Amino acid sequence: MQSLTVGVLALHGDVREHVEAINEAVVNLKISVIVVLVRTAGDLETLDALIIPGGESTTLQKLCEREGMFQKMKKVKNIFGTCAGAILLAKEVLHASEGQKTLELVDIEVDRNAYGRQNESFEKVIKTELGSMNAVFIRAPKITRVGKGVKVLARNGAEIIACEERVGGRYYLATCFHPEYTSSTFHKYFLKEALRKR
Amino acid sequence: MKKPSSQVKTGTFKLKSGLADMLKGGVIMDVVNAEHAKIAEDAGAVAVMALERVPSDIRAMGGVARMSDPKMIKGIQSAVTIPVMAKCRIGHFVEAQVLEALSVDFIDESEVLTPADEQFHISKENFTTPFVCGARDLGEALRRISEGAAMIRTKGEAGSGNIVEAVRHIRTMQSGIAELVDLLEKKNTKKLQMLAREYRVSYELVLKVAKLGRLPVVNFAAGGIATPADAALCMQLGVDGVFVGSGIFKSSNPKKTARAIVDSVAHFNDAKKIALASEDVGEAMKGQEISALQTRLASRGI
Repeated sequence: MQSLTVGVLALHGDVREHVEAINEAVVNLKISVIVVLVRTAGDLETLDALIIPGGESTTLQKLCEREGMFQKMKKVKNIFGTCAGAILLAKEVLHASEGQKTLELVDIEVDRNAYGRQNESFEKVIKTELGSMNAVFIRAPKITRVGKGVKVLARNGAEIIACEERVGGRYYLATCFHPEYTSSTFHKYFLKEALRKR
Repeated sequence: MKKPSSQVKTGTFKLKSGLADMLKGGVIMDVVNAEHAKIAEDAGAVAVMALERVPSDIRAMGGVARMSDPKMIKGIQSAVTIPVMAKCRIGHFVEAQVLEALSVDFIDESEVLTPADEQFHISKENFTTPFVCGARDLGEALRRISEGAAMIRTKGEAGSGNIVEAVRHIRTMQSGIAELVDLLEKKNTKKLQMLAREYRVSYELVLKVAKLGRLPVVNFAAGGIATPADAALCMQLGVDGVFVGSGIFKSSNPKKTARAIVDSVAHFNDAKKIALASEDVGEAMKGQEISALQTRLASRGI
């Protein structure tokens, strides 16, 4: 059986929901996965893939920087970010908080809290390249620009809400919504990519 | 495959409890002005609680404590990009309507303010904005969840700078949950039904907790957290995150204290990191013995 070591950044956010989605995806894929809850730079060393969960992007960024994790995170070959995680992956951020930095890995521009405050949070069934699913948007960002190498995986009307980019043997997946909440489809897709690009 | 529909839903329970999930592992800080809010955001707070006075000042002032001035809440909303919470009085559903109209991200129906209704808490499912409520034990937590609360926090004893009540509430809730898990294992349906009646909630909710082995919503610690070690203690006892009220802005160095508490919650199992974070943070807020308090805020609410 093939095996993968998958980290979930566990400093803050909806970590448990991602771990549950990974476990569900693994059953379907018939592979063995070791899940590492990542809290230090050292935890990043053995990873085949990393998931950056939903949460507050400013908090996640500060905690990662204080741990000196940014450079090592950039070296992980496969990264999947949802909501705040997508913001951390983006090359550019609109409405960033003062001094907010990102990993600058994916050639996209993300608009933070673009849908508004919590009262504007919403769920709806969306069509994606991976099939239809109920998607949960919580104080969600919008992807406002994608580079040439970026493939769009889902839209909400005209807005891009999921995309992927392959750059030099690396694979990145970003969603504005929280697939970990409603399905393991995106996790399955990500783990399959990670198996190819170990 | 489900037929795709473009129906947009807002204010669902999934969206409400979902925001609470996003706050897990984080620190929510009481702030009384935009400057405090910036300090909290810079330290790495996941949200701020906007209020006119921190609990220790509410104690010192006496009188009736009410919802904050909307202007003050708006000032904080425009100062930071993280979620902004605000408090309304227990049972005061019009204060809650006002907070919803202001688009706060979470409403705390809080015992820190003077209760408006001795019999009923707010029917929280009527709102789009999610609610967090305090609880001392499992029964109280489940009653609030039945009313629609999307997040629970311990009551602790706000403004006391004393962690003992929060610890009591965490442990009491956990032993309540452990009892349900144990009864389910023993297939003691009769006792589970009896407890549902005792807690004044549905049997389904009791069964759900017994199956999950935890509350069906996020549970934070609140009330009396004054040091980085206090915050990590609550985390090691099993809560999902912490609220810090007076503990930050009544300390001698709020900036350092705020950051130290954020770091200690993120690394709550790493004593070396807690030691490092605790170093030279200055004096913590002056705490009080619970027995010396004139008003016990935790006993408010049913």
